[in-house]
Amino acid sequence: MTNPFTFQNIIMTLQQFWIDQKCCILQPYDMQMGAGTFHPATTLRALGKKPWNCAYVQPSRRPTDSRYGENPNRLQHYYQFQVILKPSPENVQALALESLKAIGIDYNKHDMRFVEDDWESPTLGAWGLGWELWCDGMEVLQFTYMQQIGGIECFPVAAELTYGLERLSMYIQEVDHFKDVSWNGEVTYGDVFLEAEKEFSSYNLEYANISNLLRYFEEAEAECNKLLDKNLPLPAYEECIKASHIFNLLNSRGVISVTERAAYITKVRAMAKGCCSKWVELAEGVNG
Amino acid sequence: MAELLLELFSEEIPARMQIDATHQIKELFSKKFAEHSIKYNNIESFATPRRLSLFVEGLEELLPDILVEKRGPRKEAPQQAIDGFLRSVNMTLDQLEIRLIGKDEFYFANYTEKGSHTADILLKLIPEILHNFSWPKSMKWGNYDIKWVRPLRNILCIFANKTLPIKFGHLIANNKSYGHRFLAPQEFEVKSFAEYKEKLKKQYVILNHYERRSLILQQITDLASKNNLSIGKDDGLVDEVCGLVEWPVALMGQFDQSFLSVPKEALTTAMRSHQKYFYLTKTDGSLSNHFITIANITTSDNGAIIIRGNEKVLRARLSDANFFFNIDKQKTSNTRIEELKNVTFHAKLGSIYDKVIRIKELSSCLNNFIKADNNLVEQASLLCKSDLTSTMVGEFPELQGIMGGYYTDIEGYKKEVVEAVRDLYKPMGAEDTSPTNPVSIIIAIADKIDSLSGLFSANEKPTGSKDPFALRRAALGVIKIILDNKLRFDLNIILNKSLELYKIPHEKINIIRLELQEFFTERLKFLLKNQSIRHDIISAVFDTKLYDLYDLLNKANAIQKFIESSNGSKLLIAYKRASNIVINEEKKHNTNYNISPNINLLQAKEEKELFNALEIAKKSIKNALANNDIDNCLQGLEPLREPIDNFFNKVMVNVEEEELRKNRLSLLAAIRGLLETIANFQLVETNV
Repeated sequence: MTNPFTFQNIIMTLQQFWIDQKCCILQPYDMQMGAGTFHPATTLRALGKKPWNCAYVQPSRRPTDSRYGENPNRLQHYYQFQVILKPSPENVQALALESLKAIGIDYNKHDMRFVEDDWESPTLGAWGLGWELWCDGMEVLQFTYMQQIGGIECFPVAAELTYGLERLSMYIQEVDHFKDVSWNGEVTYGDVFLEAEKEFSSYNLEYANISNLLRYFEEAEAECNKLLDKNLPLPAYEECIKASHIFNLLNSRGVISVTERAAYITKVRAMAKGCCSKWVELAEGVNG
Repeated sequence: MAELLLELFSEEIPARMQIDATHQIKELFSKKFAEHSIKYNNIESFATPRRLSLFVEGLEELLPDILVEKRGPRKEAPQQAIDGFLRSVNMTLDQLEIRLIGKDEFYFANYTEKGSHTADILLKLIPEILHNFSWPKSMKWGNYDIKWVRPLRNILCIFANKTLPIKFGHLIANNKSYGHRFLAPQEFEVKSFAEYKEKLKKQYVILNHYERRSLILQQITDLASKNNLSIGKDDGLVDEVCGLVEWPVALMGQFDQSFLSVPKEALTTAMRSHQKYFYLTKTDGSLSNHFITIANITTSDNGAIIIRGNEKVLRARLSDANFFFNIDKQKTSNTRIEELKNVTFHAKLGSIYDKVIRIKELSSCLNNFIKADNNLVEQASLLCKSDLTSTMVGEFPELQGIMGGYYTDIEGYKKEVVEAVRDLYKPMGAEDTSPTNPVSIIIAIADKIDSLSGLFSANEKPTGSKDPFALRRAALGVIKIILDNKLRFDLNIILNKSLELYKIPHEKINIIRLELQEFFTERLKFLLKNQSIRHDIISAVFDTKLYDLYDLLNKANAIQKFIESSNGSKLLIAYKRASNIVINEEKKHNTNYNISPNINLLQAKEEKELFNALEIAKKSIKNALANNDIDNCLQGLEPLREPIDNFFNKVMVNVEEEELRKNRLSLLAAIRGLLETIANFQLVETNV
C-alpha cells in the first residue's frame, strides 16, 4: 500500500493547512536562491508595519552540498516550504505542531522538542531567535522569530517556519535515500531529479566558468546600486539575490579564500541593506 | 506569614540559559526585598524549558510601622516657616517636640508612618524586576513592546493565596498555569505553592531541575546496567538534556554493529554533540552499538516509534561518517599534504603547506633539546596537518588530528608518528593531558609556536573579548607541555627561530618576541592561579634574559617559600627599605650608587659587619647562580638579615659629609644589587 503522503501530497496538505490559517499561497520566486528566506515575500515583507501571512514552496540551491546524487541525504537543489506569519500569532507553536500532524507526524506518538537555534544570515544582515523543531532526534522544521533584516529592526515581528520537504518526506515515507521518495505514487523523486543532481554537481564543483562568475558578480553589484538610485528596490533586490547565488557558486568551485569570503559577504550585505532600506522607505511612504 | 509564587510561562527557554536565570531571579528579588526592608524566610527558584518560577515564604502581609523623626525650623524661626512645617507634617504646635541641638532649640515632629501593604510594594517591584531581567539574548514577538528570551505567554502571580495582578507589558498576572505540552496541556488554577507543585506533577511537569536531573541520571544508569553497559560521566550533557524536557523518559536504541569500524571519535561526536545521546561502553571498555536518548513524552508503545525514528537519524549520520571515511582512505596522506598548498592559513602568512614546512624546521630546532629520532620527527611534522583536507575533518572539524592519527596508522607509519599526528592539538585546555612522547611533544609545541609568532607578527594579537585563532589556548598548551614534561630549554631560542622562519626583519624580531613573552607570562599566571603562586613573584622571576619556563617556575616556588618564612619576609622588608632609600637619593641627585663601597670609608662597627657579610654573600650566591641552585642562593642571603637590621638601627645614612654619605648609600645599593642578581625583587610586594 502506498503511503498516502507522497511528495506532492505533502506539499498540498501543508498548503491546505496554511490556507485554513488564512495564509495566501504564493508561488516560488523564479530565481536561483539559497533558501526560502531570500524570496521577497520573506525578506522584504517581514519589514514594515503591514501584517502579512503567506506560504510557498521555494526551490533552494546549495552548490556546496553537491554530491552527484550519491549521498542519500544531501542535494544541491531541494525544496523548502516557507511560512511567514506577521505578526506572530499567540498559538504559533501549536500551529507548527498541528501542521506536522496533518502530514502524519503526530506529536502524541513522537518525541517533539524545541531545541535552541538562532538563525543568522550575514549576507542578508539578518537574524532571529527560535528553534529547530526536532522529531525523534531529527530536525524537521526551522522556527524563527525575525528580529532584524537588512540591518532594520522588524516590528511587528514575523514568525518564519521553514520545512525541509525532502527530509520530511523521507521520514514520513520511511525511505533511506532521497531518490526513493515517492513523488505521486508512481514516479519517484529520483525519476525526476537524480540526473539533475549528477549534472549540476559537475557544474557546481567542476565546470562553472569562474571568470564569468566573477564578472557577473561585479555586474550584479553595480546594477543593484544603479537601480536603488532609481528608487526600484524590487529589481535591485533581484540583483542582490543573483549576487548571492553567484557567491555560492564561486564557493563551490573552491576559489574563495577565508579572507575573501568576508569581503564578499560584506558586499552582498551592503546590497541587501540598500534594498531593504529603500523598500521600507517607499512602502511606508506609499502606505502612510 | 504569606507566600509569594511567580511563574513566567513562555515558549521553550534555551537549555543553557535556564540555571543562570534561576540564580538571577533569586538575586534580583533578594536585592529588592532588602531595599524595601521586606523580611522573608526562604526564597527558591525553578526552571523548566517552559517556565521560570520563584517561590518566597515567610513574608508579612503588612510591613511594620515606621517611627519617623522629622526636624523642623528653629524655635525662633519666622511664623511662616513654622506654619509651613506644621502643614507638612499635619500636626499642631503642641504636638511638636523642642530639642536643643548645639546652642539652638529646634522643633521636631515625631510620628508613626503606617506600614505599607506588601502586596502594594510587590505590584510595583515585580514589574521592575522583569523589565530589568537580563537574558544573554532576548527578543520581541507579535505586536508587543516587551522583550523576553522567548515569547512570554502567561504570568502567574499569587500572594497570600490571592492573585496579585502584576502588569508586564500587555500581560496581567493571573492564578493559572499549564501542564506538560503534550501529556497534559490543560490549564489549571492554584492558590498556593504546594498546590502548584502538586498539580504540575500530576500534569507531567517536574518543576525542580535538580530533581529532574537526578531522575535522568537514575534512568540512564538503570537502563545501562540492565543491559550490562556503562555510561561515562557527562555532566554537561545531563545538564543540557535536563533543560530540554519537563518529563524525562530515557529510551535505548542501537545502530548496526558494522558502524563500529568507523573511528570511535566520529561515532561519539555524532551521538553526543549532534544528537545529544549518551553513548555506552561494554564491560571490556569498547564502544557499544547502543545509545540512550531522553525523550520528553511517554507513549503507549513504550517509545518504540521514537526509538525507531532516532535510530533512523543516527543511521543516516553514521552512514555519512562511514562514507567519508571510506573516501578518505582511498587517498594517501602524502597526496593530501600537496593539497594543503591550496588551503590558506592566513592571508598574510601563506598556506597551510607553508606552515607545515616551518613546523618541520622548527621541530628540527626543538629536537636539539629533546633528542628524539630525527627521521620520525621529520615524518611527523610533514604529516601532522594532512588530515585537514580529508572529507571526515570537513564534516567533523573537531576530529582534526584524531583522523590524522587513524589515516597514518592505516598507512603503516610508526607508532611514534601516528601518536604525534593524533595528539598535535593537545592539550585542549587546562584540564586536558599533555602529550608525553618526545616526537609528539616536539610537533605539538612547534605547531603552536608557529601559529603564535606568525599571528602576532601579522597583528592578530588576541584582545580582551576576541581570540578567533585560539592563541590563548595555544600558549597555554606550550606552557603545559613544558611543565608537565619538566622540559629544560630556553624558549627564547625557539621563539627567535620561529620568527626567523617567517623572514621577519631582525629589528622587529626582538619587539615581537617580547610581546610573546609577555603573553606567555600572562598565561602562566592564569595556569598557576590555583596553585597559589603569587603573581608578583612570577613577574619578579620572569624578568630575566633566560626563558627556561620549568626552571623559572622552580625559582618562583623557592622564592615564595623563602618570602613566607620568618627570616625571608624580614629580609624582604629590609631589602625594600634599603632599595627605596637608594632609589630616592638616586632620583634626587640624578646619579647612581652602584659603585663598590670603599673599605677605607667604613666607620661604624655595623658598617664594617655589613660590608663583610655582603662580601661573603656575594661569593656564595655567585657560586649558587653558576650552578643554577636557587635554594643555595636564598640560603646565601640569610646571614645578611642581622647585619642589615643592625646597620639600620645604628647607622645614619644621610650624613653631611658627602663621601661618607655616598659610601653608605653604596652599601645599600650593594644589598639591592645582590638580591636583584637572583630575581627582580623590586616587583615583589611586601604587604600581601
